Amino acid sequence: MTEILAQDYLLEARQMQALSFVVHIPLVCFGIAFPALVLFVEWRYLRTGDELYRTLARRWSKVMVALFAAGVVTGTILSFELGLLWPNFTATFGEVFGLGFAIEGFSFFLEAIFIGIYVYGWDRLSPRAHFLSGLPIAVAGVVGSFMVIAVNGWMNHPEGFTYENGRVTSSNAARALFGNSYFWHEFVHMYVAGFIVTGFLVAAAYAVYALRGRWGRYERTAFAVPMTAAAVASPVQLLVGDWAAREVAKNQPVKLAAMEGLGQTTKGAALHVAGWYQNGDVVWGLGIPKLLSLLAFHDINSTVLGLDTVPLDDQPPVNVVRYAFQSMVVAGSIMALVAVLFLFLRWRKGTLPASPWFYRAVVLCGPLSIVALLSGWITTEVGRQPWVVYGFMRTEDAVTGASGIPVGYGALAAVYLGLLIAVGWVLVRLSRVPMAEPPDDRIDTTHPLSHAE
Amino acid sequence: MALQTIPAAVVVIGLILYTLLAGADFGAGVWQLSAGGGEHGRRIRDHAHHANAPVWEANHVWLILVITVLWTAYPSVFGAIFSTLAIPIFLAALGIVLRGMSYALQNAANARQRRYIDLSFAAASIMTPYMLGSVIGAVASGRVPPGNALGAEVASWTNATSILAGFLAVATGAFLAAVFLAADAERLREPDLVEAFRGRALLAGVVAGGLAVGGLFVVRADVPRLFDGLTSGWGLVPVVVSGVAGLVSMALVVLRRFTEARLSAALAVAAVIIGWAVAQRPYLLPTTVTIEDAAANDTTMIALIVSLAVGAVVLFPSLALLFRLTLSGSFDPTSQGPPPVPGGAVSRERRKHAAQTGIGFLVAGFVLLTIAEPAVSHIFGLIFLGIATFAGFRAVGPVELASRPSPEVAGRSLRELLRRPR
Repeated sequence: MTEILAQDYLLEARQMQALSFVVHIPLVCFGIAFPALVLFVEWRYLRTGDELYRTLARRWSKVMVALFAAGVVTGTILSFELGLLWPNFTATFGEVFGLGFAIEGFSFFLEAIFIGIYVYGWDRLSPRAHFLSGLPIAVAGVVGSFMVIAVNGWMNHPEGFTYENGRVTSSNAARALFGNSYFWHEFVHMYVAGFIVTGFLVAAAYAVYALRGRWGRYERTAFAVPMTAAAVASPVQLLVGDWAAREVAKNQPVKLAAMEGLGQTTKGAALHVAGWYQNGDVVWGLGIPKLLSLLAFHDINSTVLGLDTVPLDDQPPVNVVRYAFQSMVVAGSIMALVAVLFLFLRWRKGTLPASPWFYRAVVLCGPLSIVALLSGWITTEVGRQPWVVYGFMRTEDAVTGASGIPVGYGALAAVYLGLLIAVGWVLVRLSRVPMAEPPDDRIDTTHPLSHAE
Repeated sequence: MALQTIPAAVVVIGLILYTLLAGADFGAGVWQLSAGGGEHGRRIRDHAHHANAPVWEANHVWLILVITVLWTAYPSVFGAIFSTLAIPIFLAALGIVLRGMSYALQNAANARQRRYIDLSFAAASIMTPYMLGSVIGAVASGRVPPGNALGAEVASWTNATSILAGFLAVATGAFLAAVFLAADAERLREPDLVEAFRGRALLAGVVAGGLAVGGLFVVRADVPRLFDGLTSGWGLVPVVVSGVAGLVSMALVVLRRFTEARLSAALAVAAVIIGWAVAQRPYLLPTTVTIEDAAANDTTMIALIVSLAVGAVVLFPSLALLFRLTLSGSFDPTSQGPPPVPGGAVSRERRKHAAQTGIGFLVAGFVLLTIAEPAVSHIFGLIFLGIATFAGFRAVGPVELASRPSPEVAGRSLRELLRRPR
């Protein structure tokens, strides 16, 4: 009885989980990278005493706390969903991977504590103490994402436990999570992505100002800092991504085969661009002979394992994975191009670019960075299907037996739509604070709240 | 045995702190809802918001800690609770989203918009504690069997004990909030707010106390086993402590000794949770799963306990700092800002040097990561690329770049371009 119900709601449960990730992951990028940018600007204030930097850091810290609040609640939903949607997954393997989330909980705690101190302490702490109170936010953001990705690495390559008759009989959580070589490429790739997404989204906002003719020193600084971060990170991300793909080729051949649409195990495999995967072949695609073997194993005649190494039932949905992967590569390459252009102009001309086309490109790079981020996660998550714990538990065996998942899915979708609108509205409101004068440090004692933070 | 029990104790401590801290935040939402219109109502709402603003995120994280410890240490119990009680837990989660959203919105809204935001905030402030309370009631009354969604989907949390626990959670939150807010108002020297919250504290105290005492009879009828646990042996101690502390805190509120009232109110509420835990032991899911049945293997437990201990060493001083700053009034909107410290900019020479370093490390990183094969070289390649990005950032010098005069960007935004294609 339970089995039948579970089957019925698998699709809804997966979509609900995917929706929750799609909303949460961009906020994670801001958790990783934004504190570092805010602190950099505040550090310039400490070094120069220039109020402009303080104003900028302070305004950004308001954005940071709004995005953190959204990240807190969407992250809470994710932790609830591990039980609400996938109780069998957590009930069976919680003792193996749970530790990662417990440590993540602590780093989340520190982030919440120090973001409170940082944002509400602008006028109350000495400048140095205030700057120092921001450092734990930056560290905790990285530690937290490190832990979550360690769990993801373990789901892709489960080890560090013994499993008999559907039960974990012994486990070594530390080895499973941190002795696992599978997650390092995911972590580095995501960490760099955090700077690209944050950098381009923030820079895109100020590129809009540039195009509207608001281009004082304040806007230029607010544009240059995130843009520089994204510009140095994007080209490096190409190298990191290439390394990550080689790690996947070595460790997760089925996922690589799905990413490339390689039906049969092939010696000297070709790389296909675009096209559609059908019955073991990519049709209507542009094939570049031997390139896949070269990229994956640095040898044009190496053998690349295909999807035929596992039964059809164990193969991920190839076209989803493949198109997600290709979207990520295309989006990442465009962003790297814009980044290199920025660095080149900086080197040759010594100034910020003057052409409106450059700023239009940056405006497009904002949403493009989200596309790259999400399609990258789709590649790794859908590429693991049909397994939730690779080789041990299938996603359909992890799902809840509770009914009402579609109702919950609808409700969550409605609430998240509201959340997105709310966050967007907050950001627009914050950006409309008059820019000309220094920050309003006077506090109206009869209306303390409208200025309290 | 101790190995298996320590995480359960951490779960109970986490629940107590969540109830005391986040519960009070929820209670503040109740008072915002009932504040009424006009100048006085607005001041009450503002005060309730202001007192929570710096700490609410930290308060909320206790719930995350409880959940992660539960699923690491007692995974099967976590799966059973979250599948059988999916509906109330999901509703609590929605409430948490609504609340977080309202907090983010409040800071950017004007007075009129804030009224609407307060409404959704207050609705969430009642729904979330009620639902979480009914979850506790369902577990305590033994309505959650082990397995994937094997308990009653609706009846498990709509019985007398669950409803009682839900209302009790809302009422204790309101009581704690009123006491805490009265103390805050006293610190801010706002006599009319002190009086307003003093009255509310007395009202909520009577309601919460009445629910707790009346609840004992409900429990006796619905779950005799739990009643016996609460009224005999060690279970009786926290029940008595809770009653005494509750009465003392009411007396202290009457006497306007709010700082002491804060402590004894917290003790009264904490004792209720301890009483439940003691009455239920050794079961996690009465009367089917004990702590020992559900406990994860020893290696996981040791790793978890060590992490919790290390985490606590970092966490509690940080929390103490946050609450010291909040309670001492350091975040109150009256103190003065600090003076700036002068310094210098990054010189052209140093940027040039950074550019050379960046390019050097970029090339070295490329060779080690992309061309070389061994894993060791990949590690160094990544480190070199990391150095290259830092050096690159310094070489670009965004701050120096932005301080140079720059011509206006002559052009229209994309939107305007699309609107007027010619």
